[in-house]
Amino acid sequence: MTAFVDVSFLILTFFILATKFKPDEPVEVKFPSSVSADKIPEMDAFLITIDKDGRVFVQMDDPNARKSIAENLNETRNLGLTPANIKSFTNSPSIGVPFAGLKNLLAMEPEQQKNVRQPGIPVPDSTGGELYYWIRDAKSTYAGKKVSWLIKADDATKYPVIKNVLEAFKRNDINKFQLVTKFRDAPIGTPLWNTRQNQIGAGKK
Amino acid sequence: MAAIEEGGGGGHKGPGVKKAKKLSTRVDMTPMVDLGFLLITFFIFSTTMAQPTAMQLIMPKDTEKPEEQTKVKASGALTIMLGKKDGLYYYEGDDPTKIQATDYKKIRDVIIQKKKNTKPEDFVVVIKPNDESNYQNVVAILDEMSINEVKKFAMVNISPVENELLVATEKANGI
Repeated sequence: MTAFVDVSFLILTFFILATKFKPDEPVEVKFPSSVSADKIPEMDAFLITIDKDGRVFVQMDDPNARKSIAENLNETRNLGLTPANIKSFTNSPSIGVPFAGLKNLLAMEPEQQKNVRQPGIPVPDSTGGELYYWIRDAKSTYAGKKVSWLIKADDATKYPVIKNVLEAFKRNDINKFQLVTKFRDAPIGTPLWNTRQNQIGAGKK
Repeated sequence: MAAIEEGGGGGHKGPGVKKAKKLSTRVDMTPMVDLGFLLITFFIFSTTMAQPTAMQLIMPKDTEKPEEQTKVKASGALTIMLGKKDGLYYYEGDDPTKIQATDYKKIRDVIIQKKKNTKPEDFVVVIKPNDESNYQNVVAILDEMSINEVKKFAMVNISPVENELLVATEKANGI
């Protein structure tokens, strides 16, 4: 019994230390896999989530950035947000409503916000729609810092939506993105696999 | 006088004094183990073990000026088109009528063959997803670029002519 308890508590300690809580996600997204092994940067990330119906959400980690973006957008787009709304925006990690519906969403309680079905930020065509303004303000908020522009889309998302989102970035002169993927090994025998094997070999010597 | 009488003076205990019972030091651990396993279960479910990775994608800046645009030699170009229902089509050079159907497994050999047969500085893959293709296809084909170490590739909007040919091929194949 004692040995058993020892082991179980060892496992418990391991999980407590190794755990990293799942972040709050607006929608469930099953993203594709790729051979890329780069880690997702933790800080200063601006994440666009696209679900399989093509709804677009923006997420920012940094509450300060969220606050300043809310203030910027409020001014430039005449949203008529109250300070309480902006505070609510600062606390909600992801937004997926058109500008017209933003005030309504932010007036809700945080619990309600989670449960309401958000229609997504409109990105109707290659002009980038409202997403263009989101990115523009995010860009000016993060000015001077190295931001990673992350795109997380579902396997089944249709290409035109992706194209429009990329277009919204391009119109803001942002040409470097990171696509969120699951890691998988390079297939054996391919050029990339050979290169990686050589690197491992060189590392051992 | 002041002496206290100690149990008969003989050193051995009298019949009324009980021998102190040795208490067991063992504790019932079952509730603790229960709680421990509850916590283990909780942490197992709430944890994210596999960290997602990031795939770098760098797009060229849109430009109208012809002198800033990258020229592609027709001989070194391989155009891959993505259609609906995971369909994949390709043609070599600049003649879209030579369109051929393939799939995500066979495309690797096509790319490797083409890479072998062209000068490295001329080799370029052009990726054209049409409106019916999905994100998974796009990532899969971009991934194929890094798997085969294709240095130059571009994601371009499909032209109407190519799209028509693509749809016609799909129809001919009964997709």
